[in-house]
Amino acid sequence: MTSYTNPLRDPQDRRLPRIAGPCGMVLFGVTGDLSRKKVMPAIYDLANRGLLPPGFSLVGFARRDWANQDFAQIVHDSVKQHARTPFREEVWRQLAEGFRFVQGDFDDDRAFEQLRLTLDELDLERGTGGNFAFYLAIPPGFFGTVVGQLEEHGLSKGGDPASGGPWRRVVVEKPFGHDLQSARELNATLDGVFPPESVFRIDHYLGKETVQNILAMRFANNMFEPIWNSNYVDHVQITMAEDIGIGGRAGYYDGIGAARDVIQNHLLQLMALVAMEEPTSFTADALATEKQKVLASVVLPQRLDLTTARGQYAAGWAGGEKVIGFTDEEGIRKTSTTETFAAITLHVETRRWAGVPFYLRTGKRLGRRVTEVAVVFKRAPHLPFSETATEELTQNALVIRVQPDEGMTMRFGSKVPGTAMEIRDVNMDFAYGGSFTEASAEAYERLILDVLLGDPPLFPRREEVELSWRILDPILDHWADKGRPEPYASGTWGPESADAMLARDDRTWRRP
Amino acid sequence: MTMIELVDTTSSKIAAEFVNARKRAGSPAMGMVMTLLIVVPDEDAEKAMEAAQRASREHPSRVLGVILGDARGKGRVNAQVGSGGGWGGEIALIRLKGEVVKHAESVVLPLLLPDSPVAIWWPTDPPADPAADPLGALARRRITDSAAVGRARSRAIFTQCAAYAAGNTDLSWTRLTPWRALLAAALDQHQLRVTGGCVAAERFSPSAELLVAWLSWRLKVPFERTVSEGPGITEVRMDTREGPIAISRADGRLATFSSPGRPDRPVALKRREVPSLLAEELRRLDEDDTYAAVAKQLVKKKVGT
Repeated sequence: MTSYTNPLRDPQDRRLPRIAGPCGMVLFGVTGDLSRKKVMPAIYDLANRGLLPPGFSLVGFARRDWANQDFAQIVHDSVKQHARTPFREEVWRQLAEGFRFVQGDFDDDRAFEQLRLTLDELDLERGTGGNFAFYLAIPPGFFGTVVGQLEEHGLSKGGDPASGGPWRRVVVEKPFGHDLQSARELNATLDGVFPPESVFRIDHYLGKETVQNILAMRFANNMFEPIWNSNYVDHVQITMAEDIGIGGRAGYYDGIGAARDVIQNHLLQLMALVAMEEPTSFTADALATEKQKVLASVVLPQRLDLTTARGQYAAGWAGGEKVIGFTDEEGIRKTSTTETFAAITLHVETRRWAGVPFYLRTGKRLGRRVTEVAVVFKRAPHLPFSETATEELTQNALVIRVQPDEGMTMRFGSKVPGTAMEIRDVNMDFAYGGSFTEASAEAYERLILDVLLGDPPLFPRREEVELSWRILDPILDHWADKGRPEPYASGTWGPESADAMLARDDRTWRRP
Repeated sequence: MTMIELVDTTSSKIAAEFVNARKRAGSPAMGMVMTLLIVVPDEDAEKAMEAAQRASREHPSRVLGVILGDARGKGRVNAQVGSGGGWGGEIALIRLKGEVVKHAESVVLPLLLPDSPVAIWWPTDPPADPAADPLGALARRRITDSAAVGRARSRAIFTQCAAYAAGNTDLSWTRLTPWRALLAAALDQHQLRVTGGCVAAERFSPSAELLVAWLSWRLKVPFERTVSEGPGITEVRMDTREGPIAISRADGRLATFSSPGRPDRPVALKRREVPSLLAEELRRLDEDDTYAAVAKQLVKKKVGT
């Protein structure tokens, strides 16, 4: 059987899209935001693009006392509201025939027995071939119980992949623990049941076109790489700013904070892609190797009090709207020491980056919603102009705009039109603009399809998660006994200590 | 989008108007990746330009529509130029009359974006040999649509296949991608040898001819072509020793996938609109080796009968 080569597949035939083989997905946490806003719409969009196999089935597992139709109704509403591609009745019919619902608690043996029967039934009725992905869209506290149940009821074991046996995969979302210790425990729980290559950790940033484009920009071009080092780069700023507050997520956010929520995963992954050496290929192994090398070479500055900053948003006006402060949010203690803004300084001790600080910052209720990576270059070593001529000239910069307004900006000096020789900064923008339409898949679509295809390059591995915590833990410990974070007015770019932190290095934050 | 009328104009005036339009609109036309030429009769121009504009949301382009008028008399170039309107590209519809019709490439050449690739699309009747056409020769990708031709319809796909040159492609081939993807996926699931089969489609269906050629070439067994009521392709059957694998689609939207030992399953297989076909074509501008091979097969088969 293994020697079979499909005569209709041909590496030269590059039009043929990758369609997942026969399979299904079991979704735990059906009613959560993640399921309704991201996972379900992505599944519909994949079906609409013809990328799901005929017979693809979706099983919902939750405590609610629902019939299959009630579950279908939830999916229907979520698709209508959040899918990116137009709603088509025939696509819906194709999908809806494969919806099943299993009712039960996570520790209910009968429910998991029922789940096993349901999957067996789907294999017969829909031809899913025993291939299932378990998507755990539930709080990590339940991971242990659920994977334990899956193991106990014989649901976690596929066949031997070498002989083309059926697969079982598990998909988890952040947070991957809240420190190194808990991350290790979580990983041990998952790895105890599923082999490492069957555990897919979703960091949806890695599914974004602009993030993947960092690799294309760096390694497909010749004009950036020669200056991509400490000879030319002065420092790197990585920003992820949100204009919203915590909304209704008090329960999740309080005690977690900005650093754990964003820096540990998204920002350190972005940094790894920007700083890593060229991988030998774009296989999962080669990429993971390079990312791990960068994360392992990160060194924290000696004085964490001078090189980090944290803040908490206070009441104020954000974008013309009067908003309340963090400690006034429903469900947040008045004395909460959770930070809603975090900025840190990292050094990468490699030949390429020695002496180039990486500044990472993230926060809620900041000036506007933006994620970007700014590589700021050193000033030209000699300027053959009078001092007044270059007064308006700052440092050259290359900015990768991750979202919104996806694209790239280059900032460089140019002459002010007129007779005198005066030089000021100009921006050259590249925008993906219209390319971001229905045609380009949303991050979740891409990642879910990759899970079903068993294609792992875009998923962070256990080692990366643990290395990230190793970087962040000392900072979190340092903050833990420093009381309340510094308040900052909503709608601004964070607390004064963040500006002071860069001013000490004679630098300033970009206004993104 | 506002369109500026240029009467009795030249290429350099059109080029200057592109720059003006861009300035007026605050430089929206950035990051264009290609020039798309469209050669189209007047009556089909509006629809074609709109399709191109929709396709170029994925591939921001300078779209140049060329309407070749009566070649007699004194040469005259009229144009409408526009950009903006929430769209990343720029557009010009150029009407040629008189002697200049025979020298259309001289009008188009100065308007091609520097360095970027050029694609050309004939929405209706294409030249018999697109690569030898003076406008076609400017392009790296030459897109015809044998299903949309008005003259000599039944021969069109064979003419195009016989005249195949690197870079040529036909939308009847593009229409097959979802079918081919499903058929390939079927053999991923059922790893069986195909012993024969058939393709049923309406009488005039260049796509069906190409599909038969592709299947019989890849599977090395003859495939039958049968006539049905349509629309388009209605069924593909691949016979195996365990039974037939079939995809049938009666309504042009929802297909049924049946295979040995498995329950029948519905699968969405919608006939696609021209803009999405065009967008697929513009995704890759290198030679499509598979289409090249299929074109060769089709011509060989035709000569054989």
